[in-house]
This record gives sequence, structure tokens and C-alpha cells, in this order.
Amino acid sequence: MLMFVVRRLGLMILTALALTFIVFFLTNLRPNLEKLARTEGSVRMSEEAVDQWIIQNGHGGSVFVRYGEWMGLMPGWVLTDEKGTVRGRCITATNTPETAPRYCGVLQGDWGFSTFFKKPVLDSLGEKLAATGWLMLAVMLVMVPASLLIGVLSGMREGSRTDRALSTFSIASTATPEYVSGVILVALLASPVVGLSPLLASWGWIEGKTLFLGTATSAIDDITFWNFTLPVMTIALYGIGYIARMTRASMTEVMTAQYIRTARLKGVSFGAVVVKHALRNALIAPFTVIMLQFPWLLNGVVIVETLFNYKGFGWTLVQAAGNNDINLLLGCSVVAVFVVLVTQLISDVGYVFLNPRIRLS
Amino acid sequence: MTTSADTAWDPSKPILEIDHLSISFFTRLREIPAVMDFSCKVMAGEAMGLVGESGCGKSTVALAVMRDLGKNGRIVGGTIKFKGRDLTHMGEEELRHIRGSEIAMIYQEPMASLNPAMKIGAQLAEVPMIHQGMSRADAWALARQIVADVRLPDPDRIINAYPHQLSGGQQQRIVIAMALMSKPALLILDEPTTALDVTVEAGIVDLVKDLGKKYGTSMLFISHNLGLVMDVCNRICVMYSGEAVETGAVTEVFEEMRHPYTQALFRSIPLPGADKNARPLISIPGNFPLPHERPKGCNFGPRCDYFQSGRCDAGEIPMFPVPNSDRHETRCAKWQEIDWLAEPAKRAVKQKAPIGKVVLKMEDLKKYYSVSSGAFGGGLKKVVKANETLSFEAREGETLAIVGESGCGKSTFAKVLMGLETATSGSILLFDENVQSTPIQQRNTDTVSSVQMVFQNPFDTLNPSMTVGRQIIRALEIFKHGSSDEDRNRRMLELLDLVKLPRAFADRMPRQLSGGQKQRVGIARAFAGGAKVVVADEPVSALDVSVQAAVTDLLMDIQRENRTTLLFISHDLSIVRYLSDRVMVMYLGHVVEMGTTDQVFQPPYHPYTEALLSAVPIADTKVIRKRIVLEGDIPSAMNPPPGCPFQTRCRWKSQVPGGLCDREMPPVQVLEGGHNIKCHLSTEILQTMEPVIKMAAE
Repeated sequence: MLMFVVRRLGLMILTALALTFIVFFLTNLRPNLEKLARTEGSVRMSEEAVDQWIIQNGHGGSVFVRYGEWMGLMPGWVLTDEKGTVRGRCITATNTPETAPRYCGVLQGDWGFSTFFKKPVLDSLGEKLAATGWLMLAVMLVMVPASLLIGVLSGMREGSRTDRALSTFSIASTATPEYVSGVILVALLASPVVGLSPLLASWGWIEGKTLFLGTATSAIDDITFWNFTLPVMTIALYGIGYIARMTRASMTEVMTAQYIRTARLKGVSFGAVVVKHALRNALIAPFTVIMLQFPWLLNGVVIVETLFNYKGFGWTLVQAAGNNDINLLLGCSVVAVFVVLVTQLISDVGYVFLNPRIRLS
Repeated sequence: MTTSADTAWDPSKPILEIDHLSISFFTRLREIPAVMDFSCKVMAGEAMGLVGESGCGKSTVALAVMRDLGKNGRIVGGTIKFKGRDLTHMGEEELRHIRGSEIAMIYQEPMASLNPAMKIGAQLAEVPMIHQGMSRADAWALARQIVADVRLPDPDRIINAYPHQLSGGQQQRIVIAMALMSKPALLILDEPTTALDVTVEAGIVDLVKDLGKKYGTSMLFISHNLGLVMDVCNRICVMYSGEAVETGAVTEVFEEMRHPYTQALFRSIPLPGADKNARPLISIPGNFPLPHERPKGCNFGPRCDYFQSGRCDAGEIPMFPVPNSDRHETRCAKWQEIDWLAEPAKRAVKQKAPIGKVVLKMEDLKKYYSVSSGAFGGGLKKVVKANETLSFEAREGETLAIVGESGCGKSTFAKVLMGLETATSGSILLFDENVQSTPIQQRNTDTVSSVQMVFQNPFDTLNPSMTVGRQIIRALEIFKHGSSDEDRNRRMLELLDLVKLPRAFADRMPRQLSGGQKQRVGIARAFAGGAKVVVADEPVSALDVSVQAAVTDLLMDIQRENRTTLLFISHDLSIVRYLSDRVMVMYLGHVVEMGTTDQVFQPPYHPYTEALLSAVPIADTKVIRKRIVLEGDIPSAMNPPPGCPFQTRCRWKSQVPGGLCDREMPPVQVLEGGHNIKCHLSTEILQTMEPVIKMAAE
């Protein structure tokens, strides 16, 4: 067990290094840096001045060295400009060239300064990640039970009417992209002029003008049923269909297994056959899929957070990309890589506990 | 409700009474009748054997009794009465009370029949908790007791184990225990030992018989193995193509069969006394009819020697009672005219092929694997000694049988010979060429085409998307046979002739062929390059008995013609005795005995061979067999016992002085005639051994 985890961790670190390097390389391409120079310096800078700025701000030289500096594996750059002031990667407003540390990178906890938020990347990322964490938690709480229930119900009697109805629903929901279902949900439930809300309001069933709020901006400070339902539903709907299909496939297979016949011919009632004998075996396959949903959610929230203006991780990613905020983009990618790898590790370990036959090697 | 029925039921009446039962499966295309007009009675304490080839409907009858025919199956006529109550009209709820409590079932594949994610104890305890409303603690206590009852060691550990932690034999004992949890009145056993080794089978059969006696349970025992049925059952019902063709007391049916199919079945199985040259087996000509292609009248008609047109194919044939017998009935229109004692006419006596020079020689061959233990891949590296010091030679035109139970290393040996694995040490001389460390990729075409294999399962070894002819031509291409496509095509057709398949089969897809026909294609492919040494790994064990005889005879014929060396790997000792010249018995990677067929099948035996011989059920009432049931399972090859590998199960161990068996690997004793036995027993003791199989005085 320990050996396995250690090996996996080693592999994870290697993967993380490779992935972050690719992102670093792509965000630090020459055109990006020129754009950065013009936004940070002045729009009217000459070509030479741009070159000068790039070198002066430590973006010159080999990409490997710069990656090392960013990672904190190599000493940060120190340069003296034409005015004689010493500037460097690790020299900030709070310290002097003498007191500045030699290394300052991701490993030292210095993730750079976000040009968009005007504060350190780590601070802004932390708070956005927390916001997205709440969203993901809510989605998981809705999505996993609902999809497993649908999958098991449709899989336990293959070809029955229940199966066909639920399968139609899950195929439809997973075939609808989030930007479509989000818009439909908003139109249907969160508009004071169309959909259900005006009807309900005229009947006096709801107090405000709309059933749910079409924007989740206020949920950053206070999550309520009113402002949080729509973004959660939009993400969950897609995932529900997907996981339900997986669960159904796995359940139908288990229901034809011989040990299910054994249980049936032992006189076990149908309900008990499903709950006691089939369920655990049927959940083995969807478990991996559910764990795969975490990284997917982290990226899937991009659309929904933008759509509902919920200032979380996805929204931040969009802003960072749109505003050429290299440090912020890099920070986001580090977080994403980390989440993907950790959930995969958890999924593999969890698999062993769910399935007594499995041996990992 | 069930209790009132219990008290009302009179024990002198049959427990199970099936009357004119017909079952059909419904597909979109048509109705496929699976069982027609089937009747049988099982009295209290009686064991009824249901015998027949695959597809004859015996399992369908069993499932119909359980009323578990699936979505497509339906009972279209007749009744099934259990203790006087008609099961065919029972509701789901009522059935649920009977299933598992009054009728229990034991299945063919124990591993698949146990829930992999539930502890053994929980699976057992469930039965009384459902049917008797027993408390959890009581039910677990009962489970523990029943586990001990089915003679499993260490029941406390076992009830807390998961199915995959047990061996196949132990799993089957658990399935039996599960069936016994609520002391059912009727036990249905569907090929309960087919997936198990013979020595394990013997233990299970003993257990079933004892438990039947102890609890007075009636049994419906489904098997294709006539010997096994004779061991277990009092009554037998032979089925063919959805119908019962003969039924009666076991001894009566075995000694005075009154149906041509039963007779043909007995003539096609290798009983002691059969011999591949002097008294070859007689296979049943033709093929099993598909359910929707059954002939009019007698289903067996087209394959029957006594067929008379206008009479046998005139119309439905009823069951005729045989007078002066114990409920003996036959479904044959001509049963009174046939001379049942006449010897079969067309027994073709064949010439024994001369045995030539040595073509294959193995010396001190060893094959070790290293595996890791531990759930997550780490843990200690362990060495599995799959083959230990294997030495033998095989000659041209000779059949050498390699016998042993699963895990004894016989398949590993075949892999090393074929070049799929390379030997750890030792040498293999093939036509005076060392091949022990040449993997198959590096062998030249000649070597590859001269050593070929016939595989166990013909269903998986043919490419499902290639025609039969194409597959054989492909082999010819690989063996660089012939110069043009026409050449190869001609050779392919010759090969089809060789394996006695019609030439039209060249254009067929494998799925259109029956099991026996597929195996013939497999044989044709193996002989495509003029193989000199053919390794046949259980070539007939997946086939039905009537087909087995035809396929073995085919192998023998080709061998006689081509003077091929046949290495016949098998666990079926009856067939080994029938066709092999020499026998090598393996146990845990060691060759424990080797000699000519007569030497191995006659005393003195190696203690393991003795047990193996006694474990094989023989379908002959005249044979008296000594019962030696081996205790326990085969030790793991990862963790073999010290000293003699067989010492943990040997019944002769006490005859060896000084605990030699525990400490030292026995030497190979060479007895007269080059008969090798790897045992510590002294020659004197070996000489006192009695034969396991004796013919009763006539």
C-alpha cells in the first residue's frame, strides 16, 4: 500500500512538472511578453523599448532558466538598470536587495503578482478556489446521489418502461451543453417576464418576482437556495446524465451475473437483491467516473461561472486569459494539475477498498 | 402457509413430480421449443440424475423447477408439482418462500455464483434470515456450523473471507453449504463438479452423497458425466434434444439400456477395456439437431443405426414402459425388436503404429516465475516453481499423456516447449536442436511449423471474423507452404478432408460451426505445416462425450498417418488410458510417476496416481473402485511443502520411516520396465499395493 502511494506520488510530481512546464512555455511565448510589456509599460513603446523592458523585467534568457526561477528551483534574477537601482525577482517593496531571499518561486510560496487583481496570485487564488469549492460541493451533493439513483433504477430492470424513461432523460441531459441548459434554465425559472416565474408570482406562490435568481454574484458572500440553485443545476444536469449512463451500464451487467441468480434463487426479494447484492458491485465502475468528475468540474465551472457571474476559479481563469495575466494563469494551471492528480490517486486507492478482488501493481 | 403445506404432504408421494412439461424460448423470429413432453418423478430421499449433451435441455428443466427461465423462457404446457403444489401457477411471492428454503440449487461455476463483494458468512446467513426470520447472530452461528458440516477447515476464518480468497473446491463447498442452510427438501445440482479437478470432485461427490443421506434430501443431479451419475444417483433420466429418451433405475439403465441413444452414448465413452487399436470407441455419427431443425418423429432418428423410415419418422413417439422393471421407460418405437446384446458391427480394428526414434528430449527442465505479493504491488517477491526437473523423451508416432490437476505445471511445460516462455534452466532437444531458450519469435519457420498446438477451447481459438478456409490458408502462408495461392487453396481443401470436414466448410464462419467442428478446424490448422510434434492441451474436454470420441479418433488417425508425436495434456484419466502409449503424472511441478500406460494404471502406483485413479468416476456397473479421497487442496506452488510435494495429502506417509517425507525430496525409483516413481516408499511396500479398479466377477 505505502509503496504504491509513494510510487504514485513520484509519478505525480513528474507529471506535474511536465504539465506546468508546458503551460509556462505557452504563456511565456514572445507575443504574450510583448503584450505584457505594452500593458505594463506604455502602449506606444518602440520595438527596442519593448525588448529592453522584457530583458529588464527578467523575461529574457532561456525558457528553462525562467521556468526554474518561477518554480523556485533556481535563484531569482537580479539586474541593475540604467539608473543604478538593483531590481530582481525576489526584490519587492518590503525588502531590499540585501535582505531579499535568493529563491522565490512557487515552491517558496511566491506565486508572483497578479496584474489583473493587483495583489499576489496566491491570495486571490485561494479565495476564488474557496468560492468554487462551495459550488463543486453543492454540485456533487446533487449530482452523485441523483445520478446513482437514476442509474440503478434504470439498470435493475433492463428494457423496462422505467429504464427507457430514465435513459431518455439522462441522454438528453448529457447531450445538452451547459451554455444551452444554463440559458434555458434562466429563461424558464429566473426571468420575471417569461417562463414559470411570472405565473407563480401572479398566483402569489413566490414572494419576489422570480423563482430563482439568474445571477450568482451575491452567492460569494451568502449562499442561498435562491441565488445558488441555477448554477448548481446547470452543472449537475450534465453530469447526472453522464454518470447515470455509466451506472446503468454497470448495473445491467451486474444484474445478469450468476451470483445475482444465486441470490434470487435463495429467495432474496428483488429489492434486497438490488440493494444488498448488486449495488456494491455495480458502483465499482461509476466510482472512477465520479472521481474523474472533480477535474472536469474544475474546468466545467468556467462556462457556468461566467454565465452566472460567480467570481470563482473558472471566472478567474477566464479573466486571467483575457487580460494576459501570466502569473495568474500559471497559478490556475498549478492548481488544476494538482486537483487532477490527487483525485486520481484517491480514486485508485478507493477502488481497492470497494472491490476486494483488486490488487494494484 | 408453507408449514401447513408441509404437514399436509404425504412422504410416500413424490417430492417432485414433473408431468408432460414443455418449455419454449421466444425470440422475435420464432418460438424455440427447448423441452418437450418431459416427465419425471423424484421420491423422498431419492437422487435423480439428468444426463445428456449440452443443449439437450437438462439445465432448462432445472431452471423451470426454480421458475427462473428469464424473460424469454416460458412453460407452455404440463405441470411441475413440488410436494403436491403446482409450481407453474405460483405467484412471485409464493415462489420466493420456496426458493432457497425448500428447493435449493448448486451451480456449475462456484466462483461466478458467489457475490464477490460480500463475505461468505453474510451470504450464508442471509438464507435463514430471510426464510426463518432468524436473528443475525444466530444465522452467523448456523453458517459457521454448516461450514464445518461441509468439511471446510477453519470455519471461523472462512465465514469472514471473501469468495476470491478460497480455492475452487472450497467455493463449491460454500455453495453447497448455502443450499443446505435451510435444510431443503429438494436439491438441484447443475453440473456441480464440472469446473473442478477430479480429486476435488471426488470429495464434493462424497460430501453430497453423505449430506443427502444425513438430511434425507432428494436430489436432481444434472451432469454430462455418466460415471458421476452412477456414483451419486439411484435413478437416471437420459435426455436428447429436449426430450427424455430413457429413464429408470441407474443399474437397470446402465446394464439393460433400451434406447439406441443411451447405447451409443455408452459406446462412445472410454471405459476400461476400450483400446484405441483393438476396441476403438464408436462415435455417434452426425450432429445434434438444432432446436428449430428437429426431425419429425424420433429426434435421434437421423443418427440412429436402427432407423426405419416410415416408422421412426411417422409421428410423435411416446414413452414405452419396459415390463418387469422399476419404472424403466424408453422413447423408442423399435425397442422390442432391437437385439440389445449384439456387439456393434462396425468396430474397425486398426493397426498399431510403430514407434520410431526420439524426436523430443527434455532434460532437467526448470521453469520458475517470480511474482509479487501484497495488495498494492509491493511486498515480497516470491518464486513460483512451475516446473521442477522435468526429464523425459518422446518418440516418433508415440502418444505421451501428461496428467495432473490444475496448477501442476502441465500447461507451463507446454508453453516452454512451444517457445511462448523460455526455460529457467535445463535443455529441450527438438530433432537434436536446442530450443530451451529460443522464444517463438526467434524460432525459424521449420521449427515453428513442426511443433504445433491444439487448444482446449475451440470456441475462443478461432478468429470469429475470418472464414474457416482463410484461417487455414493463413497458417499455410505463415509456414511458407506452397508457392501460389492455388497451391495453398488446394492444400487447405486437403486438410479439410484430413479432418473429415466437408470442403464446403471453407467458406463458413466459425460461428456457424459446432464445437466439435471447430476443434477439427483447430486440428487442421495445427497440422497445416506438417507438424511433427503436436501438443494437445485438453483438446476434447470442452466437447460433448459423443463428439469427444470422434475428435480423439481423428487425432489418432492423423497420428497414424503422419507418424506424429502427440503430447496429450489431460486431466481425464479414462481418455488417457484409452489413447496414450506412455503416461507422465505431474504434481506441483514434479513428475511423480512415468511409465507405459499399463505400468501407470496397474500397481505399484505412486500414492498420488492411486488417488487420482480412484477419483475418476467410471460409468460401468461391473467395475469395483476403491475410494481414496484426498483431504485438503493442492498446496500453492508459491509455497510448496518441504520434502515430498505430495506429503501433505499422502495416505501412505506413515509407511515411510523416520519422517523422511517431511524433509527430503524423494528419489526417482526405477522399477522394472523403465517405470519411474518418485517416492520414498520401499519397493516391498509398493509391491503390496492393490489395484484401484477391479472388474467384478461376472
